[in-house]
Amino acid sequence: MRAQPAHRASVMGRWRDWAPLAVLVVLCLVISLFNGNFLTIGNLLRLLNSAAIPLVLCMGTTFVILMGSIDLSIEGVVAVTAVMVSLLVVNDISPISIGLWAVPLAILVGGILGFLNGFLHVRLKTPSFMTTLGVGFAGIGVATAVLGGFTARISDQTFRFLSLGRVFDVPMAVWIALGAIIIAYIIQERTRIGRWVYAIGTDEVTARNAGIPVERTRIMVFMIAGLFYGLGGVLLAAQFGQGHALISQGRLFTAITAVVVGGTALSGGVGSILNSVVGVLIVVTLANGMVLMGIEPYVQQGVQGILIIIAVALSLDRSRLDVVK
Amino acid sequence: MSAPMTPTLELRGVSKSFPGAKALDDVSFSVRKGEVVGLIGENGAGKSTVLKILNGIYQPDSGTVLVNGKPTILTSPRNAFDNGVAMVFQEQSIIQNLSVAENISLGREQEFISYGLISKSRMNAAAAEELKKVRLEIHPGKRCADLSFADRQMVEIAKALSLDRRMAGQVTILLDEPTSVLEKAEIGLLFDIIGDIKERTAIVFISHRIEEVLDITDRTFVMRDGRVVAEMPTTEATIPDLHFHMVGRQLQQEYYRESRQTVPQAERLMDVRNLSKIGAFENVSFTLHAGEVIGIAGVIGSGREELAKCLAGHTRFDGGTLSIGDEQIVFSGPHDAVSRGIGLVPAERKVEGIVTSFTVAENITLSALPAFTKNGVIDFARESAVSENWVKQLRIKTPSISTLVSGLSGGNQQKVVLAKWRVAGVRIVILDHPTRGIDVGAKEDVYDLVREMTADGFAIILLGDTLNEVIGLSSRILVMRDGAVVETFDAPTGGKPDQVDLVRYMV
Repeated sequence: MRAQPAHRASVMGRWRDWAPLAVLVVLCLVISLFNGNFLTIGNLLRLLNSAAIPLVLCMGTTFVILMGSIDLSIEGVVAVTAVMVSLLVVNDISPISIGLWAVPLAILVGGILGFLNGFLHVRLKTPSFMTTLGVGFAGIGVATAVLGGFTARISDQTFRFLSLGRVFDVPMAVWIALGAIIIAYIIQERTRIGRWVYAIGTDEVTARNAGIPVERTRIMVFMIAGLFYGLGGVLLAAQFGQGHALISQGRLFTAITAVVVGGTALSGGVGSILNSVVGVLIVVTLANGMVLMGIEPYVQQGVQGILIIIAVALSLDRSRLDVVK
Repeated sequence: MSAPMTPTLELRGVSKSFPGAKALDDVSFSVRKGEVVGLIGENGAGKSTVLKILNGIYQPDSGTVLVNGKPTILTSPRNAFDNGVAMVFQEQSIIQNLSVAENISLGREQEFISYGLISKSRMNAAAAEELKKVRLEIHPGKRCADLSFADRQMVEIAKALSLDRRMAGQVTILLDEPTSVLEKAEIGLLFDIIGDIKERTAIVFISHRIEEVLDITDRTFVMRDGRVVAEMPTTEATIPDLHFHMVGRQLQQEYYRESRQTVPQAERLMDVRNLSKIGAFENVSFTLHAGEVIGIAGVIGSGREELAKCLAGHTRFDGGTLSIGDEQIVFSGPHDAVSRGIGLVPAERKVEGIVTSFTVAENITLSALPAFTKNGVIDFARESAVSENWVKQLRIKTPSISTLVSGLSGGNQQKVVLAKWRVAGVRIVILDHPTRGIDVGAKEDVYDLVREMTADGFAIILLGDTLNEVIGLSSRILVMRDGAVVETFDAPTGGKPDQVDLVRYMV
């Protein structure tokens, strides 16, 4: 009598595990039917290249969402680090140039902003969506103030190699994204933080009873997310060869959509880094396919909006929900 | 077994109070290595408070907790664990998306970490040892979401037993109603496991089923009203004995306003035939008349809570019929039940019964708001008038009707809920533990209200907080066990059934 619902839940669980991948495969098939150019090496590399930055950002966001929180500071943190890195390599505004040393520095600043997110969220007990929204806005403000609305143009070719350079014909950005995925996967599978994220996201009381330092873990997770955003900011500056306050526009929505479309539940505890990789590929493939099919940009935005709502609706185990706020 | 051995875990003269209620009064309790100690008592007798103190969730107001004879302050479940006390919770505390091994070592991964990374092979190997103890043949790397419910319960137990490996001996395992979610065969397995580990550990076993306590324990403590009223070697205990101790004192008739108990009228308000809900209750039948109080007695898991929710339209039934008057009905939701005259006064008042950020008046008119609106705008004058009237009639102690209901005492909040249903035109009121957590005076007020309502032709379905309350207030009593009504008692004034009779059918 009792075993039955559990069994049904696990079958449902398995279906949910594989649904995002199935969607990705079907999507690729459909698009390649409409356009023969889709499945060419050139287009697939272009696709991976445009997936690189969303992938890096999602590696951070996934942990936060797995924990049952949300991080809306992505655009702010990315803007700050992109502007910062653009001013620290050879550029047309600041005379400073510390070359590639700017990269770890920018990542570190991302980590500090992430720490700030977590610290304020835990210490002031403010909901994560509000705290991170605030920090994100402040970040955009700082980035705007530093450049006074101007754009820093990067002429440092070594730095730009981080995004544009090619190794084995594959853009550097893709290799870096791959590295980020591996690191995130190791954090998820092989560290305490990775395990604790699931415990906190599923049931915070159980986590606390097991002796998990819940507050410290939360701060750590926001900080890890910030580190990935810092790397995202670096890649963005390297890709565009610029730094300005609005460089990160649209990144937040893409990142959250990708995580959710990948099957990570906003309620926490369900999902994984690999889900988010699939999620990013779905979102990017869809965008790429719509371009190939000649669909208008505004329509594309609408499709993305609808996609996220469908994904959230499908990922909820509605039988467990009593109240939706 | 040598008796004078130091207890692994002991409470000495422990008291604990919560706002409005004394939960434990001078409780002494002990358990030694090599024995299984049973703890029994009615709902609210204080068993779970004892457990929570032993597990470090609560700290006693006075008295001492001793671990291996040493006074110890257990600050948290984790701290209790580090002191050799592990609890198997009634509700599972398994993280579904982690593997079996990861659940067993959750929060204690440190020993498997080298160079900052967890060694899954070492963690799995350690977990495999624990799984052997509970005779569970599954791979420790398996995700818990893919396990059956009973297997997850065994993982939960394995998690508690993992203490035994790291503590070298002095370990206490607390089992809180471990059998309530298991099937017969699994209960047998659990008892075998208890037999296996008993030599090395001290075990506290809590169950509603007295037969199980007699089966498995060596010593039994009986609790009532926050006190330990009896302690005996289980070999000397008999079921009638234990029942007597659990129930204790005699009924005081006037406490429950028995002289004002109304005789049910001929008018049938609700007719339930073979009502069933899979996994909750089956073939429940009764007829509720105006002026009648039907009490439902049963332990947790008897299905009475589910039945109450179902009758109030919160959940759907799967079989049978429910008629209001002459019309067969399937409720579409609680609002539908309310519009047909059924109101639920829930046990979790703060969560389900009142809106704490609303005023007394706003709460009273909440369910009947459409009747207080003119062209979509609330008629405040009428709202005030009606609310004032009910505050007076039900003697709700509140500074004014515009006071926030969160500032009222529990008993008065309860009256506000009752006023709400009367304004909404409800004829059938389902009272789910109406006196839980409120003081004695407020309880008597609630009993008065019950009598006044039946005198006005209301009918009441009561899930009492204690057996005494059910017997005292009801005109008829249904005893539920394992989802079925196993016996019905008539309980007219002066002809109340004996508690021991009821308990016999309940457990």
